[in-house]
Amino acid sequence: MSTLKILVVDDEPGIRSGVSRILRSFRVDYPFMEEAFDFEVSEASTGEAGIETIETNKPDIILLDNKLPGIQGIEVLEYIKKKQLNIIVVMITSYASLELAVKATSDGAYDFIPKPFTPQELKSSIENITKKVFLKKMTTKLQETGKQVRFQFLSVLSHELKTPLNTIDGYLRMIRERQLGGKLEDYDEIIDRSLERTRGMRQLILDLLDLTKVETNTGKRNITDTDMCLIARTAIETMQPYSIQRDVTIKLECPGNTVIKADPNEMEIIFNNLISNAIKYNKEGGTVTCRINEMESSVEITVTDSGIGMTQQEMDKLFQDFVRIKNEKTRNITGSGLGLSIVRKLVESYKGSIKVTSEPDKGSTFIVNIPKESICL
Amino acid sequence: MKPVKPLILIVDDDMDYLYQMKIRLEKFGFDVIQAESQKEAEEIIEKTKPSLAILDLMMENEDSGFILCYKMKKKYADVPIIIATAVAAETGISFDVNDENNRKWIKADCFLEKGIRSDLLKEEIDKLLSKSAS
Repeated sequence: MSTLKILVVDDEPGIRSGVSRILRSFRVDYPFMEEAFDFEVSEASTGEAGIETIETNKPDIILLDNKLPGIQGIEVLEYIKKKQLNIIVVMITSYASLELAVKATSDGAYDFIPKPFTPQELKSSIENITKKVFLKKMTTKLQETGKQVRFQFLSVLSHELKTPLNTIDGYLRMIRERQLGGKLEDYDEIIDRSLERTRGMRQLILDLLDLTKVETNTGKRNITDTDMCLIARTAIETMQPYSIQRDVTIKLECPGNTVIKADPNEMEIIFNNLISNAIKYNKEGGTVTCRINEMESSVEITVTDSGIGMTQQEMDKLFQDFVRIKNEKTRNITGSGLGLSIVRKLVESYKGSIKVTSEPDKGSTFIVNIPKESICL
Repeated sequence: MKPVKPLILIVDDDMDYLYQMKIRLEKFGFDVIQAESQKEAEEIIEKTKPSLAILDLMMENEDSGFILCYKMKKKYADVPIIIATAVAAETGISFDVNDENNRKWIKADCFLEKGIRSDLLKEEIDKLLSKSAS
């Protein structure tokens, strides 16, 4: 049996004693959990007292009223966020508005319990949180033992796979029900769209395979003298049909010696992703310049495009899994949202670095730096 | 005189979903106006008042749908809003909007799964439209 510490911060004594009474004999136990949880409740009547208890008693869960006599609940939440405390916060408030909800969620609140609540509502919220705490504990434990469990990754992945399936499903139904009438050519557009979505899905699967290789790579690397210029040329050739289709010219410049110790397949993944992005997010008639420079102990790959560019805010999110920049300029562009995340992971595994500079409507430049002899591996 | 068709605003960043939804709704006999982002939708509602809106939850940002919903209700309190989402199960968002307490802070009138069957969708829309008319 484990005990989770719950702190109730509310200025109404009735709410505090109610929570204590309801949770005193409450237990959460699931077949999939290795242990059962019970609860120890402490109380605070103001935000200030709450913060004091947070410091001394280290609660796992806080039930937080927003409307308090001194500092507000949202300020307590900000305090927890600033201190990066590992506490799950549930807002209890009858004054909840969407503004507060959005603000509190972005500050890390996990859930809301509207006041007044029934014992059952409180219990079911606490039950959900306990499951979350348990999963968090399990994940940390698995990560510590070297096993990576990526719940979030998998759930996003299933969403990314489900969406195109639903779309194609929808189009097939439209065709079966002859929703656009009897003329076959009227269906061309939706057939093209369906093909585009299967293409996107196939790309996602290929990217996933790349990602899996990158993430599970342990000593299976084929490290050899790799001429980066040669790899770049191969990648450009692979992309040629695509660049012709988009009317984008690719230039390659490699002065000096560009041979490094690396796995050529992995280097190709890096070039493929950077160059295909530079074509994809370019303008018709645009250019891509790929330059490989020899530095003292590394080589620097610079891929510059004359495309749509990005804002600082968009650049900040760029290298994460499944992040795709969504705006009016990218609305017809499909992608898995994994490409740059794969590139980043690969580059980092060679103790290299990746940077991006960009200007909206002018274009972007990606700069990858990889040591000639990586000490890692 | 022909009765005026209800105008439905659909907002989603997936152009295929928008297209399919548009066809479905037009088959039901509605007029459709569409937007691909929260921003575009905000521009539309500046000038146009729809009879009902169907919003995606995650667009430019994770909470675009909620914010749009909030802004719409502020401008047109009587226009019913459906939030259509495919992520309910995955993100742990599981509010019951029929619950009086939740209704206070989530301003949507109804949450629907994106894969909903056409006849059920029609039913929900009719229900909301007749409620807002009365």
